[in-house]
Amino acid sequence: MSDRTAQPAHTAPPPRALPGGGATKLHRLVALVLDKPGVLNRVSSLMRARNFNIDSLAVSHTDQEGLSRMTITLHGDDVAVEQAAKQLYRLIDVLKVQDVTAEPTIQHELALVKVRATDANRAELLKIVELSKGRVVDLTAESVVVEVTGTETEVDAFVALVRTYGIKELVRTGAVVMARGSGSIEEALKR
Amino acid sequence: MTMTKGGSAKPPRSGAGTGAGAGPSSAAAPPKARERRSHVPAAGTEHAAAIERAQREMLHEGASAQSVPADAAAKARATREARARIGADVVCEALIRQGVGVFFSYPGGVILPLYDVLGDYPELRHVLVRHEQGGAHAADGYARATGKVGVCMGTSGPGATNLVTGIGTAQLDSIPIVAITGNVPSALIGKDAFQEIDINGITLPMTKHNYLVRNADDLPRVLAEAFHIARTGRPGPVHVDITKDALQQETAAPHPTEQEVIAGLPGFRPNMDGHYRQLKTAAAEIAAARRPMILAGHGVLHAHAEAELLAFAEKASIPIAWTLLGIGAVDERHPLAYGYMGMHGWKHVNRAIQSADLLFAIGMRFDDRVTGNVRTYAPYARIVHVDIDPAEIGKNVAVEVPIVGDAKRVLKAITPMVEATPLEARQDYLDQLAEWKKDSLASSWHGSGAWRDGLLSADYVVQRIGELTDHEAIYVADVGQNQMWLARYAGFRHPNTHLSSGGLGTMGYSMPAAMGAALGVPEREVWAIAGDGGFQMTLQELMTLVQDHIPVKIALFDNKKLGMIRQWQEIIYAGNYHSAHLLGPDYLKLAEAYGIPATKASTPAEVDEAIRFAQGADGPALVWFEIAGEQNVFPMMPAGKGLSDLIEHWGGPEE
Repeated sequence: MSDRTAQPAHTAPPPRALPGGGATKLHRLVALVLDKPGVLNRVSSLMRARNFNIDSLAVSHTDQEGLSRMTITLHGDDVAVEQAAKQLYRLIDVLKVQDVTAEPTIQHELALVKVRATDANRAELLKIVELSKGRVVDLTAESVVVEVTGTETEVDAFVALVRTYGIKELVRTGAVVMARGSGSIEEALKR
Repeated sequence: MTMTKGGSAKPPRSGAGTGAGAGPSSAAAPPKARERRSHVPAAGTEHAAAIERAQREMLHEGASAQSVPADAAAKARATREARARIGADVVCEALIRQGVGVFFSYPGGVILPLYDVLGDYPELRHVLVRHEQGGAHAADGYARATGKVGVCMGTSGPGATNLVTGIGTAQLDSIPIVAITGNVPSALIGKDAFQEIDINGITLPMTKHNYLVRNADDLPRVLAEAFHIARTGRPGPVHVDITKDALQQETAAPHPTEQEVIAGLPGFRPNMDGHYRQLKTAAAEIAAARRPMILAGHGVLHAHAEAELLAFAEKASIPIAWTLLGIGAVDERHPLAYGYMGMHGWKHVNRAIQSADLLFAIGMRFDDRVTGNVRTYAPYARIVHVDIDPAEIGKNVAVEVPIVGDAKRVLKAITPMVEATPLEARQDYLDQLAEWKKDSLASSWHGSGAWRDGLLSADYVVQRIGELTDHEAIYVADVGQNQMWLARYAGFRHPNTHLSSGGLGTMGYSMPAAMGAALGVPEREVWAIAGDGGFQMTLQELMTLVQDHIPVKIALFDNKKLGMIRQWQEIIYAGNYHSAHLLGPDYLKLAEAYGIPATKASTPAEVDEAIRFAQGADGPALVWFEIAGEQNVFPMMPAGKGLSDLIEHWGGPEE
């Protein structure tokens, strides 16, 4: 920065750095929002208008009445995601936004996978489900519905494993995230 | 609101000369020379009499809060008390509680319940606009001129969508307005009912906040929140959509106190005070800087921080540049007032920014019209950025010292921290700035040279309007060349006297916004500066000016062109003048048809007389300035270029 404070020289100065422009990576934002009609629309509309692409978005109630929690995952550099968080703060119904990407967290999602199963391979498939800590939640002569939870990578791995049997249907919730340790974003809100 | 001269706050409606018989036809009694060119319905004609009659009725009907006769107020109160209180009453009560003396609206099917009770509230002055867009701009102009929240209303469907341009204008310029619309009965919502549109979905991304109210019991809370949100922190528009049944429903719900409103908005806590350590860091940056510059924006005006800005600048001897919407943050005659920056800003200002080693930016957002190419913007400068909205900091340019806070409070806090620096300590720097300014004023003046051919030059007209109004009027720009000429040449002394659609750049803004300003600040003369393009977009409000006797003076700059379009086509699109040519009506006949005194000036010699003619008219007046057809605004920074790449002339050095 020393060259910046110097008197203008005849040589051209270096170009001003643009905000952001850093490496793009996956970020996880946790947002506490008021449980009001339209709040999901406000959040998603803002992200669209500001040119952020949401990878996944999970919404649910919290233990506090009137308070909902969103877990938003998106790709972007640190500055862009910080800008996204600041823009979210501008929404009247948004109480708190935290980028937990750099923190130790538990990030789990749930998947339901409907896999083709025949008499010939069912036993083998069920063994895989057992070893993968999956849970059979529905069983028919031609199919098995397996519930599997874990990190995105763990779910990916399971899906890849059973793909050879033939996946008839797949649904994933997207990640929900919680910081490890005794700290609480909800308690932080009350202070 | 700042009132400097003639600051007696008289009620909008009781102004001298607005009494019976003072219609436009009997106004002004112009001398013979003016009479020749003025077109006013001749006194005694049926047309003139009809207008006068209508005005008298209007003036008698509506009244401001201050001028309601006691017996009328008592009668209205008795009428209200004799019937049940419904949602529509809550709306009226809320407006009165919020101090809204005047609002702008247009009726329609689902908002009629409100019109049904309006007559029982003589404290409220309703201005019937001719198009909802005009109403939204008028609320915006009222808000900008007074610093209070402006209110506009419309019905569902087209009424609501017509408001959208005005709401967008307020959003981009952070103007506190509350827009209220009726919606179809709640049972019909989502059924594609007559005049139903998802206006809540439409305004959601372009308001600070919006509401859909289906129950009258929610109205007191929602309306109180709407006003609180609109004016608190970074101001902005709030839209409240109310179903017809909610307007008709009986309710006993009380209006909340301000404390209850705040408690009910846990997600809305604007950070007003700058962080102490950041303030200290900023003060150290200022101490180390040798070529500092203050960039003052709209936030200074919003925070009423003009005095604090000056105290800060004077203590540290730092010159002040301003953005388009920062005009008025400092009196342009002050020795530290350096000038207007940006795409059509003064060359000396942009040059100073490009060589500054510290920018102290306050209440501005580094808009692309201010920075041009960010890569080449202020290449030697470190930046302290003060804004009440954290999202503005680091959005467009990376900054060294971010400070989140209200401009007034931050300036108050930082001024004691900065070293007192006499002007002499910056003598070399200030001398150089003065030299650049001298150069730039000499070379930028009268950009087109049209005046040499005896044609009327718009910048000359703007300058004369400024001078003949003693720079004490409120000047409302439209969009395009007229806007830039006004910003550059009118000469501003006071905050909130320059109104301009900066962010959205809404053509058609000036006349309706001037309407709101004139009703909000009746003690100041109000001039709408419009090009012939923008004027033709919203000229239907001429009749509102007449009907409500709103004394807006309109300076119509007619070059029979879309001037800024033509300028871009000349300079950037190799002279491909598609659609730049614009026909207009005979504006004297137009004004005559509306019953507005009008005159025309086509040469520099006629300018002063024409301006005085408008000033002399009682009520609205129009001056048709036939300006040179091919005049450019210079300097100009072509889009995508940097502040050092200003075009100062085009077509040779003689231009």
